[in-house]
Amino acid sequence: MSPPLLGVEEEGQSRVSSPSVECISHNGLGIRERNYLGLSDFCSVDSSGVPDDNGNNLNLKATELRLGLPGSQSPERETEHCFLNSGKLDEKTLFPLLPSKDGICSSSQRSVVTGNKRGFSEVKGTIYTEKKWMGHGAVPDSQSLQPVSHGKYSVAQASVKKDGPANVVQEQPCTSNGTKVNRTDISNNSSAPTANRAQVVGWPPIRSFRTKTLTTSSKNNDEVDGKPGPGTLFVKVSMDGAPYLRKVDLRMYSTYQELSSALEKMFSCFTLGQCGAHGTPGKEILSESKLKDLLHGSEYVLTYEDKDGDWMLVGDVPWEMFIETCRRLKIMKSADAIGLAPKAMDKSKKDC
Amino acid sequence: MNYFPDEVLEHVFDFITSHKDRNSVSLVCKSWYKIERYSRQRVFIGNCYSISPERLIARFPGLKSLTLKGKPHFADFNLVPHDWGGFVYPWIEALAKSRIGLEELRLKRMVVSDESLELLSKSFVNFKSLVLVSCEGFTTDGLAAIAANCRFLRELDLQENEVDDHRGHWLSCFPESCTSLISLNFACLRGEVNLGALERLVSRSPNLKSLRLNRAVPLDTLQKLLMRAPQLVDLGIGSYVHDPFSEAYNKLKIAIQRCKSIRSLSGFLEVAPHCMSAIYPICGNLTFLNLSYAPGLHGNKLMKLIQHCRKLQRLWILDCIGDKGLGVVALTCKELQELRVFPSDPFEAGNAAVTEEGLVLVSAGCPKLNSLLYFCQQMTNAALITVAKNCPNFIRFRLCILDPIKPDPVTNQPLDEGFGAIVQSCKGLKRLSLSGLLTDQVFLYIGMYAEQLEMLSIAFAADSDKGMLYVLNGCKKLRKLEIRDCPFGDAALLEDVGKYETMRSLWMSSCEVTLGGCKSVAEKMPSLNVEIIDESEQMEFNLDDKQKVDKMYLYRTLVGHRKDAPEYVWIL
Repeated sequence: MSPPLLGVEEEGQSRVSSPSVECISHNGLGIRERNYLGLSDFCSVDSSGVPDDNGNNLNLKATELRLGLPGSQSPERETEHCFLNSGKLDEKTLFPLLPSKDGICSSSQRSVVTGNKRGFSEVKGTIYTEKKWMGHGAVPDSQSLQPVSHGKYSVAQASVKKDGPANVVQEQPCTSNGTKVNRTDISNNSSAPTANRAQVVGWPPIRSFRTKTLTTSSKNNDEVDGKPGPGTLFVKVSMDGAPYLRKVDLRMYSTYQELSSALEKMFSCFTLGQCGAHGTPGKEILSESKLKDLLHGSEYVLTYEDKDGDWMLVGDVPWEMFIETCRRLKIMKSADAIGLAPKAMDKSKKDC
Repeated sequence: MNYFPDEVLEHVFDFITSHKDRNSVSLVCKSWYKIERYSRQRVFIGNCYSISPERLIARFPGLKSLTLKGKPHFADFNLVPHDWGGFVYPWIEALAKSRIGLEELRLKRMVVSDESLELLSKSFVNFKSLVLVSCEGFTTDGLAAIAANCRFLRELDLQENEVDDHRGHWLSCFPESCTSLISLNFACLRGEVNLGALERLVSRSPNLKSLRLNRAVPLDTLQKLLMRAPQLVDLGIGSYVHDPFSEAYNKLKIAIQRCKSIRSLSGFLEVAPHCMSAIYPICGNLTFLNLSYAPGLHGNKLMKLIQHCRKLQRLWILDCIGDKGLGVVALTCKELQELRVFPSDPFEAGNAAVTEEGLVLVSAGCPKLNSLLYFCQQMTNAALITVAKNCPNFIRFRLCILDPIKPDPVTNQPLDEGFGAIVQSCKGLKRLSLSGLLTDQVFLYIGMYAEQLEMLSIAFAADSDKGMLYVLNGCKKLRKLEIRDCPFGDAALLEDVGKYETMRSLWMSSCEVTLGGCKSVAEKMPSLNVEIIDESEQMEFNLDDKQKVDKMYLYRTLVGHRKDAPEYVWIL
């Protein structure tokens, strides 16, 4: 395992909001992945791990658009997230690759994941410059490529052949240099025998119709095992007053309650001065219609745009029907949602 | 100049059917232009924003068949935001107002609303053929309008569209008097269909040659349909799940044996592999087999099926066939011209998948191979060189290594030499998609050798502007260039802006071009629309010319800036 770039060895559970951002992987072995480059990484917190009280963690995963089967990610999505911004600005403040690690970094950097639009090319920008340092113009030095590709290849092999946490150790040489690859996925999901391929928007170039159809096919052909089916259904979530939108995968949830809690956690950074309870996470709420009750206590109402383009109140239809028709979500201020939910208004008036 | 009366010339021109040739004919002289335009019935518009419906109607009053393409190709991969454009309604509206007797409309990557379908169905008495590929924006209600109102409908072909399915009743909207159907393809619909209506429709369509069902059509209905339409040439099976010992299955076997004309088979959207033997009788005649939506079919069952298909010319398959399976293809399908291998599990590494070995086997066994789309785990230079030697006839060569910048795993070299061999050997290559670790060198080869290249797709490749320059300078016939995540900047973009007028379009996303560079192109070339697509609204706040542009799409046009661009598209 290569020595950490910055020699940062942290015990305890504080997170450093500096160029080096530590990510704690989700597995039971407590192996930590270190992202010494800190290039807009995502950080997810193990529910048994770090309390997420400082808001300086980048969470790009939530904004990633993924076309395929993110089964390996499911544990993380239930953990608490808070995040800064989509990372564009942060990347610029982070220092570039160190020369000594360039060979390894560049390639692993290129296997980048992100929903962040500039992310990959920003990284690539540094790769190009660093390649020029090596003194070769159009044709890269095969020797310098060797550790790159070898490392990368062996990473891929390692991920392919082995399960679970062991992967993390093997991959450290590459990932420790700050790739945005979802390597923690591998450690997080020991049930997945294969590694999560680096997921870049629009890659591999497969028509989304095909991806959707194939995931439906495999859903139908697989045995029901109680878990949510494969396939993703990412929809944008906007919130009045928030500077940026989020995305959620509706297939990660099977009830309105789960969705609501997830959204609360996601947007808790923005809700200020909510009157009344903002929902109690610990409470067992079973009925779908109770979603309205949850939000009655706050000044916000959850709405969605359906396939016809109409804005509807979330909670009226059965969950399955909802996820089939929901195109995007919007957390509206109750005041704006008068037309949709008169009951909500009355109740919130009562509570506030 | 004219030794013949116009009618004679017109008659001669009737034999000239290709769009390119007719375009050339129209350039010869004014008289030929005039004759050609009045006699032209089929028009192909590769970019719906390059011309306006009004000008089209003005020039070709005899128009009967229109093909339109909307969104750029990368829209297929979610790189173009949802409502970027490509609306067909204005076209249908304009055509409806004119005297054009439209009979055929073929759309690709366009936004089609129910209103447009309804207007279409009511405006053209002789409307015969609707083909929608990768379109979106409509529901089965729009289809119902087409079914109900197009009295002479011959073809309704829906390929891979995103259709909001309101379940079932649109099929019942075909009136009893409708007996003209030749082709019906609704495989992409996800919802239930009225099976009784379907059976009746097929029964009264004696000319039906092509029928592609969706997954909601079960096996016993399939059997009934086949009994009524043994003349089918193209069959798409919906659901193929049944007990192999059941009466229904026996009946199906009999029904299939009667279908001696089937040459093309697809679908199997749900499949129980142990029932495949019923299909064997027709396999021997198949020229096209599409199993790319049938992940349930793999292993030995798949091999056995393929072993029966000796006349196959086109094969679309999932990568669960594996290298071994491709070996079987190589031994069996000696007539193979087109092979497409799609990933069954694109986001998980290491599953099934094919490697360079499978491709080499096919290239060795199928010398007629000329069109390839191949998603694989890895590729080597040696393999590509071998493939180039074995198959010098490639017209389309699209290789996608699932890991975007993977080098040759044996030598750790970039794949420059391999692709170089392909372009050097395949002198007729028109379309090329690259992947894997690639430097500027491969573009040097492409510029030097790919003389017939018309479309090039590049992702995560090259080291510098030189790459793009080699291509722009070398490929004289280039029409479409799409680039993502490459280090090409303003220097490459601005080197020869005149070139873009000879091309249909250029797409660059996540490259190094700046706003200033794009502005410069727009200034110098008023005949181009230079679109900046930026959903993050950064462009609004930061108008610094040095700002890098996330997505740029430029295309030549005769009608200037389009009026229907959404907020986040900025046309310079």
